Amino acid sequence: MWARAVRLRAAARGRRGFTSKADSQGSGRVTGELIQHLERLSLVDFGSQEAVARLEKAIAFADRLRAVNTDGVEPMESVLEDRCLYLRSDNVVEGSCAEELLQNSHRVVEEYFVAPPGNISWSKLDEKQPFSHR
Amino acid sequence: MLKGYVPPYNATVVQKLLDQGALLMGKTNLDEFAMGSGSTDGIFGPVKNPWSYSKQYREKRKQNSHSENEDSNWLITGGSSGGSAAAVSAFTCFAALGSDTGGSTRNPAAHCGVVGLKPSYGLVSRHGLIPLVNSMDVPGILTRCVDDAATVLGILAGHDPKDSTTIQDPVKPFTLPSLTDVSKLCIGIPKEYLTPELSSEVQSLWSRAANLFESEGAKVIEVSLPHTSYSIMCYHVLCTSEVASNMARFDGLEYGHRCDNDVSTEAMYAATRREGFNDVVRGRILSGNFFLLRENYENYFVKAQKVRRLIANDFVNVFNSGVDVLLTPTTLSEAVPYTEFIKEDNRTRSAQDDIFTQAVNMAGLPAVSVPMALSSQGLPIGLQFIGRAFCDQQLLTVAKWFEKQVQFPVIQLQELMDDCSSVFENEKLASVSVK
Repeated sequence: MWARAVRLRAAARGRRGFTSKADSQGSGRVTGELIQHLERLSLVDFGSQEAVARLEKAIAFADRLRAVNTDGVEPMESVLEDRCLYLRSDNVVEGSCAEELLQNSHRVVEEYFVAPPGNISWSKLDEKQPFSHR
Repeated sequence: MLKGYVPPYNATVVQKLLDQGALLMGKTNLDEFAMGSGSTDGIFGPVKNPWSYSKQYREKRKQNSHSENEDSNWLITGGSSGGSAAAVSAFTCFAALGSDTGGSTRNPAAHCGVVGLKPSYGLVSRHGLIPLVNSMDVPGILTRCVDDAATVLGILAGHDPKDSTTIQDPVKPFTLPSLTDVSKLCIGIPKEYLTPELSSEVQSLWSRAANLFESEGAKVIEVSLPHTSYSIMCYHVLCTSEVASNMARFDGLEYGHRCDNDVSTEAMYAATRREGFNDVVRGRILSGNFFLLRENYENYFVKAQKVRRLIANDFVNVFNSGVDVLLTPTTLSEAVPYTEFIKEDNRTRSAQDDIFTQAVNMAGLPAVSVPMALSSQGLPIGLQFIGRAFCDQQLLTVAKWFEKQVQFPVIQLQELMDDCSSVFENEKLASVSVK
């Protein structure tokens, strides 16, 4: 059902507009559903079929790790795992630069960063705003 | 993504240099968010290698009777800190900072004929370095000679309370001794680094370097890093996963580019990030999030972390067997023309070009690329030395000895030559005072 809606939207958006195809080529590993899921998680879009193909290649590349025998091996998170992490004492030594920080933002009101309304789940199909083309 | 952003604070490494009286000359170009191995994907365009304009390269090209427009076939600098390497190579500045997550300082150093140092992880503060892979990033140092790199490292190294991943051991600035006797040194040559893709020129220089050490009395032995062939895939998984996390902070709300979408926060973030990130960055974020999906986490991310330990252990085992320093190539070949480089996409290129450099980042070891000689085309080729963790001083001492032995030629840039020809004829200078 959504596949049809996507194709209509893709046509409407023109050349740039396509994020997912129900009939994606390739290994089939990267399904349309996965594409949507990843885009939702990352809040970036694939943008083209090439990007999907690149993801498939990246997955195939990573799959070669399966050949390594890692039985009994602990995952390594940091090369400094044998050392104690330094924690400084909880004293305020610098700061009070709210004005400087606020200057970097595009939209501020008094001392607040202004954000659009939250709690609205992002779904590309519902989006009414046109995307600006690069 | 960071268009218009003015940092409200200095990075610790920058502040340390400024405190020592350094003059900040500018910020250099790079691959966007340090993702790439050619410095071709920056928002300001690709970086041109100064050696494209050198007398050494141009003379060779004339010999091969290429009569096309000189400027159209310029060479890449390598990446991702290409701008920094180009700046140092072209005598624009004394030293430059880069970042090194998978070889991003050493790769352009080799292509631009300068010294590129990646300090041990934890030695130099990352406060102020835009994080790519928190467990592998380090600020890199690019200079024209090893002594300069040691000077800069002496200033930058040391514990920083603002970066809790810096070690607390006391560090003092140091001067490098001039080694005359290398007979107590043991150099390791990892056999797995002899790949079919390695160009014959680099391979022969690598052999020559090994023979050089041996002829001067050092012990040169072949060693094995068995998991080398898997390290690039492991790096790829860990890098994209950490990138996916680190890039999440760029939402347009507090700083940087922001899109005019007001439907919802998520819609605004998505639109902003689509506009602010190029294909490479977006591709890595999406790949990273794939590897971090609940169903993939164990099989990809945790698996890669385990492989990382195996790779780090490979190095530990080699160093424990008495090897002081490893000698490897830095790059597969000399710098290639831009038109050739862009025939493959960024991900493919990175996977190819990072092959000798990224394992070092996974193990957190110090490494330095030292220019050795010019290729048959007149372009620089550098070799990489890898040291034990926190033995940066020893590593640089060996590198300095090597540098003295090979006497890498100074780049001959026409305009510079006209002004200072007498100066160049008399001595090989690391820093030039231009009249």
